[in-house]
Amino acid sequence: MKGGRTVDAIAIGASAGGVEALTALLPALPADLSAAVLVVIHIPRDRPSVLAELFAARCKLEVREAQDKEPIEGGTIYFAPADYHLQVEPQRYVSLSVDEPVCFSRPSIDVLFESAALVYGPRLAGVVLTGANEDGTNGLAAIARAGGVTVVQDPADAKMSLMPASALQRTTADHVLPLERIGAQLARLGGGTAA
Amino acid sequence: MTLFIEAVYLKYHYDFRGYATASLRRRLATAADRFGCRSLTQLQERLIHEPGIFPELLNYLTVQVSEMFRDPAYFKVLRESVVPLLRTYPSLRVWVAGCSSGEEVYSLAILLREEGLLERTTIYATDINPRALERAEAGVYEIDRIPKFTENHRDSGGRTSLSDYYTAGYGRAVFDKTLRKNIVFSDHSLATDSVFAEVQLVSCRNVLIYFDRKLQDRAIGLFREALVRRGVLGIGSKESIRFTRHADAFEPLSRDLRVFQKRGDA
Repeated sequence: MKGGRTVDAIAIGASAGGVEALTALLPALPADLSAAVLVVIHIPRDRPSVLAELFAARCKLEVREAQDKEPIEGGTIYFAPADYHLQVEPQRYVSLSVDEPVCFSRPSIDVLFESAALVYGPRLAGVVLTGANEDGTNGLAAIARAGGVTVVQDPADAKMSLMPASALQRTTADHVLPLERIGAQLARLGGGTAA
Repeated sequence: MTLFIEAVYLKYHYDFRGYATASLRRRLATAADRFGCRSLTQLQERLIHEPGIFPELLNYLTVQVSEMFRDPAYFKVLRESVVPLLRTYPSLRVWVAGCSSGEEVYSLAILLREEGLLERTTIYATDINPRALERAEAGVYEIDRIPKFTENHRDSGGRTSLSDYYTAGYGRAVFDKTLRKNIVFSDHSLATDSVFAEVQLVSCRNVLIYFDRKLQDRAIGLFREALVRRGVLGIGSKESIRFTRHADAFEPLSRDLRVFQKRGDA
């Protein structure tokens, strides 16, 4: 931790094994977290996502599926809807798109990370969790370039190591942690009380 | 990027100034890359000296790959809840705004034919991209897209077989010309043009998400003006009119699927 550094937003990307990982991570975030949390997880494109409902019941923070042009509020977890990219716009609101999949994925982690990096710059933390493709690698590099904090799940700890390993190959992450320690790290970065 | 968008507006009169920036930025980066330019400034230079490349740039900026009967539940709502309303009019006008290469237009035409309404309908299919409009007018799609179209059509409650409406050959499916008889393809910009007809139904899906709030306001304002009293507006399943200033002018016919009816007093 660099001198109690905090961020305004935390962007999280997960793929294969991601629901399980998020089930451990998101409920660990404290109720007084002041950062916003934006989540892309690769899910089937052809049916509506139930992630927001699933996690709302388990988290201390407010959880919703991101709506187009919704202002991004602190202390809230936003999930990308199935089959839409989740992006951040300059005045810190959400936009969705049905642009081409990136890394075969829509929503894509790269799309979220790259757009958020441009808007939040050093006030952003990017987190790459378990997964079996390379989505998130370019995005995390963009967050690092913009001066943001980079967090990667230790590949040895991840159910699927490819995605975090790929991210680490490109970016020297600020924090490489097992899942069980990422929550406390994010709580500190997000200006909340670490459990 | 702002300068680039201004330059495009001044030279080519295409107005992207009200577009949401995240997607536009990615698309511009892809375009610059494909044109072999290292920066937007370089792309801007080329664009000023080689107007011939503008149509291709426009494709990068606007083209949307869609499917026929994309989001089958939407068409199901149209069939079950909107068609009965449309039946009450002796002649019908429908506006598909931002039709891109036409998949949605043919979907609606087929639905209306199945419901016996196409003959009394004029469908206005509009887009800002002339090349997309040409493709839409041609009504030719790659054959490997047909299975998905067919599945969607069936899931939407289709009463006939999709294969009744196209001829397959040479790797392509050519859609029935008689569907086109009642479709008017036309260049129209939601950013700069005004209302051109009074309509009973507007279908505009996954177009508004590319606009900022101000341009969303303008576009929904046009739809509101174009629609008859109790007319119907269909938008994408993740789009919302909640954040626009016309939110009160519409009431949901089906909240989940974003089908709205214009209020009688709006």
